[in-house]
Amino acid sequence: MDLSVVILVEFLYAIASLILISAGLAVIFGMMKVINLAHGEFMMMGGYATITAVNAGVNIFFAMLVIAPITIGLIGLIIERLIIRRLYGRLIDTMLATWGLSLFFIGLAKMIFGNTTTGVSTPIPGLSIGDYQINGYNFFIIIIGFIVLALMLFVLKGTRAGLIARGTMQIPEMAAALGCSPDRVYLVTFFCGAALSGLAGAILAPLVGLTPSSGATYIAEAFITVIAGGPALIIGLLSSASFFGTINQLFTFAISPIVGEVMLLVSAVILLRLLPQGITSKFFKGKF
Amino acid sequence: MIDSLWRDSVGAVLGIALLIWVAPLFISPYTLTILIIYGMLALSLGMIWGFGGILCFGQAAFFGLGAYAYVIAAINIGESTLPMLIAVLVPAIFASLLGAMMFYGRLNDVYLAVITLVVTLILFKFMNSTAGPEYIIGKARLGGFNGIPGFPTLNMPGNPNAYIWGDTYFYFCAVTLGVVFLITTLILQSSFGRIAVGIRENETRMSLLGYDIRARKTVLFTIGAAIAGLAGALFANWAEIVTPNLFSLSQSAEIIIWCIVGGLGTRLGPILGAAGLSLLKFLLGQQTLIDNLLITGLILVLFVLILPKGIVPTLNDLWSLTIGQRIIRHRRRPRRRTRRKPPRD
Repeated sequence: MDLSVVILVEFLYAIASLILISAGLAVIFGMMKVINLAHGEFMMMGGYATITAVNAGVNIFFAMLVIAPITIGLIGLIIERLIIRRLYGRLIDTMLATWGLSLFFIGLAKMIFGNTTTGVSTPIPGLSIGDYQINGYNFFIIIIGFIVLALMLFVLKGTRAGLIARGTMQIPEMAAALGCSPDRVYLVTFFCGAALSGLAGAILAPLVGLTPSSGATYIAEAFITVIAGGPALIIGLLSSASFFGTINQLFTFAISPIVGEVMLLVSAVILLRLLPQGITSKFFKGKF
Repeated sequence: MIDSLWRDSVGAVLGIALLIWVAPLFISPYTLTILIIYGMLALSLGMIWGFGGILCFGQAAFFGLGAYAYVIAAINIGESTLPMLIAVLVPAIFASLLGAMMFYGRLNDVYLAVITLVVTLILFKFMNSTAGPEYIIGKARLGGFNGIPGFPTLNMPGNPNAYIWGDTYFYFCAVTLGVVFLITTLILQSSFGRIAVGIRENETRMSLLGYDIRARKTVLFTIGAAIAGLAGALFANWAEIVTPNLFSLSQSAEIIIWCIVGGLGTRLGPILGAAGLSLLKFLLGQQTLIDNLLITGLILVLFVLILPKGIVPTLNDLWSLTIGQRIIRHRRRPRRRTRRKPPRD
């Protein structure tokens, strides 16, 4: 009984963290079709923003949930104006430019923070279920992960801003003809995507030792989750995160964490071979 | 066609001669060797990406596989002739399987890039986790993140004690690069190469003309992997150690950057891009004021924004617009006029 609860929590945790990691990319890549290879570095900077704020005496939850997303969102704003704006529609070029950005930010972080591991302690103490000890922070990640997903669903489907954003991404000329400035819509959407990445990086920061190059650990998982999700943004994110999270945890429990990670990647290759347009191109068609 | 082949052969021989006699006056042969190896690696991607339109994010996987295959074979066999062959064959076979899986599934663009990236990551993670004594192939321990040091380096065929090293190894690499360059030229100028360019330009049209795109792409991908594997084996001999970092993301990134900066769709561009940027990196590595990656990143961003075609094609355009135009005015003119209208799909 206790064990099954622990295992359930671990599975949910794996799914929620995949959702968090991929949410920002789902907006920037899934919606805007900008292959953002600097996504991992956005997350890394979110982590550094949190740690810097906490060291300056700010409450850790405020730092994670407010300061980090806004800082990274603003950085994203500058990047969009300077670079990405010129590259919409040129898929390969966005990829190369953002790769350059990712190297640039790694270099910058190395110069500012040094090539060492930093971190903050988790703000929530562990708790025990029966004979087992679980990290209480896992619950926090699960809750935030699903809140982020619900919020994205609400904004995109339930508000006028979301409607405008979706419309502009589909046919920018039509949106412009109807009186929305695509330029501004792209700007705001990129801000939201960057802010989501920063939030994810901030929330995962207490779990990992942060180094300037730690963004690279997220980038592959984020991309395969978003691509495997397919055209339907929210349900795709949820279904592919559940699929990969489950596979990862299954093999982690059965064999070892390394095998879990490798099997996640292997299953991604197989899934993409079978469903190159993503899960939602076959299932849940036309929903969300 | 025969004319241009002659021209390229003469050019390659002259280039290699320049490399062997003039370049060591400025740069040490030890550094030049690695520049040559990187040039070969960039050429392998420049061929499949620039001419075949296959953007492979995992060229580092074949580079690393070649290096590991050479090392493991060399430790088990004790000399280097057969391992060099194995180092070319292993990545080629791996690439043909991977390529067949991708191209027969009609995967393109982003999906192809992500799958090759993921495969590289799998190799990277797997190799990093093989530190335990149970991971052993024949006599060679894989060694995990420590890598494999201490293996027999290149020797004369048939005489395991006559090692090729130092300046001789530099000459060997230079000549190998020349040979690989000529082989690439031959492939690209054959009908196979021309059809590959056709596939890059318009896949649907080529398949309607009756060419089997999937098989052709797989073969081209395999050739690229074989060249990358050869470069990997040469790298292993140069560095005298192989580590999982050969499979790392930054290694893959660098190969792509070399091709972009040098110029896609040319054979010389990637080689020059690789050599130039590696030299720059080497020089930057000697100072500690500004981080290396920061500058590499800036260069890439600036190139994508300002010179998306790369150095060599831009210089080519400049040449044909200024001096070259005057020389071959009569030959060029009719072609330019017909070109003014872009073809419509």
